[in-house]
Amino acid sequence: MRIDVNGQTHELDAPPEMPLLWALRDLLSLTGTKFGCGAALCGACTVHVDGQPVRACVTPLSALADKKVTTIEAIGATALGRKVQDAWVAEDVPQCGYCQSGQIMSAVALLAATPKPTDEDINTALNGNLCRCGTYNRIRKAIHRAAAGPA
Amino acid sequence: MSAVTTRRDFLIAAGAATGGLVLGITLPVRGGAAPSSTDVNAYVRIGSDGKVTFVVPKSEMGQGTYTGLAQILADELDLDWGAISVESAPVNPVYNSSFAPMQFTGGSSSIPGSFELLRKTGATARQLLVSAAAAELGVPEAELSTAHGVVTHRASGRHVGYGALAARAATLPVPANVTPKAPADWKLIGRPLPRVDTQGKTDGSAGFGIDVRLPGLHYAVITRAPSFGGKVASFDAAAAKAVPGVVAVKEVPSGVAVIATNTWAAIRGRAALKVEWQGAAAAGLSSKTIAADYAERAKQPGVVVHERGNVEGAGAGHRLEGDFATPFLAHAPMEPLNAAVAFSDAGLDVYVGTQFQTVDRNAAAELAGLPPEKVRIHTRFLGGGFGRRANPFSDFVREAVAVGRGFGKPVLTVWTREDDVKGGYYRPQAHNRLTATLGADGRPLAWTHTQVIQSIIRNTPFEAMMRDPKTGIDVIQHEGASELPYKVANLRVAVHDSTLPVPVLWWRSVGHTNTAFAVESFIDECAHAAHQDPVAYRIALLEGQPRHLAALKLAADKAGWGTPLPKGRARGVAVHASFGSVVAEVAEVSLVGGRPRVHRVVAAIDCGLAVNPGQVAYQVESAVCYGLSATLYGEITLADGRVEQSNFNDYPPVRMAEMPAVEVHIVPSTAAPTGVGEPGTPPIAPAVANALYALTKVRARRLPLAHTTFA
Repeated sequence: MRIDVNGQTHELDAPPEMPLLWALRDLLSLTGTKFGCGAALCGACTVHVDGQPVRACVTPLSALADKKVTTIEAIGATALGRKVQDAWVAEDVPQCGYCQSGQIMSAVALLAATPKPTDEDINTALNGNLCRCGTYNRIRKAIHRAAAGPA
Repeated sequence: MSAVTTRRDFLIAAGAATGGLVLGITLPVRGGAAPSSTDVNAYVRIGSDGKVTFVVPKSEMGQGTYTGLAQILADELDLDWGAISVESAPVNPVYNSSFAPMQFTGGSSSIPGSFELLRKTGATARQLLVSAAAAELGVPEAELSTAHGVVTHRASGRHVGYGALAARAATLPVPANVTPKAPADWKLIGRPLPRVDTQGKTDGSAGFGIDVRLPGLHYAVITRAPSFGGKVASFDAAAAKAVPGVVAVKEVPSGVAVIATNTWAAIRGRAALKVEWQGAAAAGLSSKTIAADYAERAKQPGVVVHERGNVEGAGAGHRLEGDFATPFLAHAPMEPLNAAVAFSDAGLDVYVGTQFQTVDRNAAAELAGLPPEKVRIHTRFLGGGFGRRANPFSDFVREAVAVGRGFGKPVLTVWTREDDVKGGYYRPQAHNRLTATLGADGRPLAWTHTQVIQSIIRNTPFEAMMRDPKTGIDVIQHEGASELPYKVANLRVAVHDSTLPVPVLWWRSVGHTNTAFAVESFIDECAHAAHQDPVAYRIALLEGQPRHLAALKLAADKAGWGTPLPKGRARGVAVHASFGSVVAEVAEVSLVGGRPRVHRVVAAIDCGLAVNPGQVAYQVESAVCYGLSATLYGEITLADGRVEQSNFNDYPPVRMAEMPAVEVHIVPSTAAPTGVGEPGTPPIAPAVANALYALTKVRARRLPLAHTTFA
């Protein structure tokens, strides 16, 4: 299988049905994308495929031909990604931190589509991203902060 | 965990491998040998390059302890915030908790148990650096000042950085009685400083246990018995071995492990396994039967664990009875359980996010047949702990050792979410039966509380510490019930010790989530029966409890208790002490489509001195969210011996759209710090239930609230 991750093409010795999550984590050692549920229930594995947020745990490699995958490791290379990460730092969002890669990837995708999201927009876009530490309110603040900053 | 020992401090300094200063304070070791000077371990390492590293024996699982502990040390060392880096400590008795002869993180004890220790450690290191500077500059120590990691001669302005002084400081005798700073001189303690671990947790680089990548690393999952206590009778590995990537299939004590070149192959291999099981202790067990049995037993007297006055002779009055049932709960930290093991000629390296370093090290050593000193625990970031990673039986570490032993390459054993939800070690299911007799003034003349609950510490070394030899009942079964803060002259608390074959464990705030729901719901019931305001009623009964009163009044005031709310909304209150702290919470609720919706929670905490008020507030907010998930939805049930839940679809935590606004206020205090990570959890369930009663006059008798019809 051939996949494009963070601007690099990789030839993988993997079956086409292997979920992207395990290819990233176990074959490419890109461990920033997290395993939480394996069933698209928690959002910890959220990555971008051609800019759209997807759950890597249920996205087979076969669905990624000619598509570009972006993970948390590279999202800071984009202006918007950097701005969101900076907002996360400014609001001191993470506690255990395990869900935050997925939260940030969902937030970047939201802001790319909706630069000035309402609380309702945030609820809709982030509701699939679980956090057991209860960082939701600071995530919301960080998204508003990122949205308020210079474009 | 409350056994406080008298600390026999002594300081040891030695040159670090870097040529710098290493400083440690050894703690008394109960049941073990004191470390010799050759195995000195340290909290502070100052490299000759000026880099200051804090070697932390506590685990960072989100509670902010790396930050709070570093703040204490850095303040005494006169370092700028940001000039200290943090690294996890190896296992050594020098790092044992001041509350137990082991290295662990739990019981909300990290800051309370380390505050004075780290003040003294920091102050002593600073004194050594000053002495070294005095020799270096040829001036008296009294003419020197420290700030920003530099020692300065005030008169001449000459200065030397800590890095240049470290090597000399390490050769100096350690002063015995250094006085830490006066609180008025604190620059970092007491400030809401940013966390030390945020950067790596926003760019994907923070290393959790599951992220360990070692040369030749393989990945394993285990199929476990479908019913607790079951053992493998036989298995057929042929189909599993045919899955590409699967390298080995082996029986381990808890089931059958599939080892593969990647996690996905291991999961697929496991799905292809055929296993026959036998001898499940929990076969046929059902939660409904347990609940019915517990409710019946709670009507019987039980073992009296706490008594004052004479309940029977309290006199006649208005009698109230209330039953309150709570379910098994899984911790479900976002990072599924995992541990990596690497065997070598040098012994065994275990890479794991754990709260129980000493226990896990010893378990791994025993299972591997190695002396403990040949087993090295590398503590990683924990993607949530909540107690699940503090297992006296070291279940996930033992499994990883059993899987990796003899395999020849490092193996990371991973639990799937289904494994986690079905895997046991739950908060115990419980039943509480309370009675009260109210006098003419509405105040309780008598109060009884009878519980049926399993003991978490059964068959663990903690029995020696926590089981009352007189009653045979462990103190955490009834914590939060026996310490009833309300003024009731005649009180009796009794426990029925249940012995189900369901593994149970401490779940954020341990016994208190069960007892607080019962006690704080029932006192509310008493207030309403007495036709009194729930806050005023509590205040009247909290005479002589200044910390409860302060927290309750602060929360009620900030929540606008008694002020009008929009139609369809109501407030409820609860106050509860745990882990040395007191937290009051006021919840504001409504019904949306007949289901409870929590809009706002105003909390007040008295945790003594707040080392980092920002993180204190954030922990209470976290505890509210964690407790709210359990209040609204959380339960693990068994049917025919099998756990019915499997993943976040049927064990749902609160999501973004349901998260209430949370305001946290801190009661000003200069008293010694008390617990923070857990005490915010117990009050949320009763606060919400009491608010729903105020709204609907329906009293919730059972958690989660999803079982109660409020409309």
